[in-house]
Amino acid sequence: MSEAVYPQSEVFHTEDMTISVGPQHPSTHGVLRFVVRTDGEVIGEAIPDVGYLHRSIEKIGEKCTYHGYVPYTDRADYLAAMFANQGFCMAAEKLAATEVTRRGEFCRVIACELNRIASHLISVGTFGQDIGAITPFLHALRERETINDLMEEICGARLTYNYIRIGGVGYDITQETCDKILTFLDHFDPIVDEYNRLLSYNKIYIERLANVAVITKEEAFQYNLVGPNLRASGIKWDIRRDIPYSVYPELDFEVPVGHGEKGTLGDCYDRYWVRMQELQESSKIVRQCLKMMPKGPAISKVPRKFKPPAGEVYVRVEAPRGDMGYYVVSDGSEYPYRVRIRTGSFTAMGIIDKLSRGIMVADLIALIASLDVDAPEIDR
Amino acid sequence: MQVQEIYNKLEKQFPGKVGLFRGDIFDPCLNVDAGAIVEVCRYLRDDPETSFEVLSDLTAVDWTKKDDEKIQVVYHLFSYGKRHQIVLKVDLPREAPRIATVEGVWKAANWFEREVFDLFGVDFVGHSDLRRIMLPEDWIGHPLRKDYVEQEEYDGISTQRAPLVEKLLK
Repeated sequence: MSEAVYPQSEVFHTEDMTISVGPQHPSTHGVLRFVVRTDGEVIGEAIPDVGYLHRSIEKIGEKCTYHGYVPYTDRADYLAAMFANQGFCMAAEKLAATEVTRRGEFCRVIACELNRIASHLISVGTFGQDIGAITPFLHALRERETINDLMEEICGARLTYNYIRIGGVGYDITQETCDKILTFLDHFDPIVDEYNRLLSYNKIYIERLANVAVITKEEAFQYNLVGPNLRASGIKWDIRRDIPYSVYPELDFEVPVGHGEKGTLGDCYDRYWVRMQELQESSKIVRQCLKMMPKGPAISKVPRKFKPPAGEVYVRVEAPRGDMGYYVVSDGSEYPYRVRIRTGSFTAMGIIDKLSRGIMVADLIALIASLDVDAPEIDR
Repeated sequence: MQVQEIYNKLEKQFPGKVGLFRGDIFDPCLNVDAGAIVEVCRYLRDDPETSFEVLSDLTAVDWTKKDDEKIQVVYHLFSYGKRHQIVLKVDLPREAPRIATVEGVWKAANWFEREVFDLFGVDFVGHSDLRRIMLPEDWIGHPLRKDYVEQEEYDGISTQRAPLVEKLLK
C-alpha cells in the first residue's frame, strides 16, 4: 500500500481558527459569547457577543410606577440586587426630596454590605474555579449560603430582595437577626485568612494571574472601568468615600487599591486581591453599623401615589461591580419618563477585545473572571 | 471647577455652539450643537482645568411632546482628578438622527454608542463598528423609542401572548 502524497502546500497550510466560546460556557459567567480567532493557543482577537439576557428593563421602567419598578431593578444584577434597589430608590428620593429615616439608612448599609460580601464570594470563588481550583469555590459558596439565610431573615428573599424601598427599607432588622449577623461575621473574618492560604498564596494560582492582562491607569479611564477593576489599576476611588451617600461618611473603612502585589500594577492578580481585601472592609462596615444603629422607624411616610416633580437626576452607588448609575427622567407623572441603568460590567466588556489580542486562550478565561462581568448586568 | 465656570469657558472657546445652560437642577447641563460635539468633548478632556478623563455614561431620551419632538443624546462627563461632572445634551431630529462619534475621545463610547444605535436608532457617523448590540441583527425597530411597536413575529416565533386571565377563562 502506498501512502497518499499530498501537495506540499496543502500539508503545511495553516489558517486562523475561529471558535465560539459560550454562550453556555462555564467560564463566561452567564450567557455571553466570545467569537475568538486564534492562531494555535494565541488569540488574535476575541469579539464579545452580548444581548442573550436582554430583558429591556429600561423600557419596563417607563411602564411601571416608581414603587412598582423597584422589584424589576433586582433583575438588573441578581448577584447584587440590593445595590440596584438602592440606586433606583436614591434617584427617586432625590427627585421627590423624600427623606430616608436614619434607621432605614443603617438597615440599607447592613444589607448592602452583606450583599457585597456574597457577591465578592461568588466572584473570587468562580475565579478559582475558572483557573482550575474547584475547592475554594465550594468554600465560598458555603459562606454565601449563610448570607443567603441571613438575607432571607431580613427580607424574605434569597436572591432578588426587593428590600430597599423609596423612603427606607421594607422591613426592620430585628435584634435577633443583628445578633445572628454578628455571629456570622465572627465566624467569617478568620475564613478570609483560610481563603488566602487556600487560594491567594497558591503558587499555581499566582503564576496564572500575575502579569496577565495588565490594565494601565489611562486604559482604565479610556474604557471607563469602575469599582474594583479601576482600583486595581492604582486609582484610589470609591463612590462611598468620594461622593458620599447614605451614612458612609460616618463609617470608618479603607479603600483597597492595587499595588502590583505579585506582579505588575493592574494585572489579574491585583483585581482579585482588591476584592479579597474588600471582603474584610465590608465586614468592618457591617460591625460598625450594628453598633451605631439607632432606634426608630425603618421607612418614612411616602405617598402611595408617588409623583416626583419634573426633572432629571443621575445617581451613583458603589456596587460590587463598581459605579452603578441611575439616570432617571421624570415628567411629573406617576411613571418615570426614562430610566437608564449604567452598569460596571457593560463598560468592562468593552475592554476585553483590546486586552485579548496576543494573549493565550487560557489567559482569556482569567481575564474574563478578573473583570467580574455579570451577564444580567451587561444586557439588562 | 464650578459648572458655571466651565460653561463660560466653553462659550468663549466655541461661540454660538453651546447654549441653554441649566445650573439650577441636580446635575447642571448644557446643550451643545450637534456639529461641535467632538471638538467640545476633546477640549473638555484635554484642557487641564476641566480634564474630563472619563465618559461616565452616554444615553438618549426620546421626547415626543408636540412642537418639541427630538432625540436627545445625553453625555455624562466626569473627572476623577478634579472631582466635577457635567452633562452635555445634543438635540437631534427624530427622523434620521445623525451625530459624529466620540469614540476617538473616549474608547468607552464605542459600546455606549452601539447601545444607543440599537435601542434608539441614532446613527453615529464615523463609528468603527456600528452594529446592534442587544438585539439580533435583523430586528426591526428601536425599542426605547416612545412610538415603538414590537413586531408580531420574529423568525417564525410569535412575540405576542394572550393575557393569562383571558386564557384561563376560555
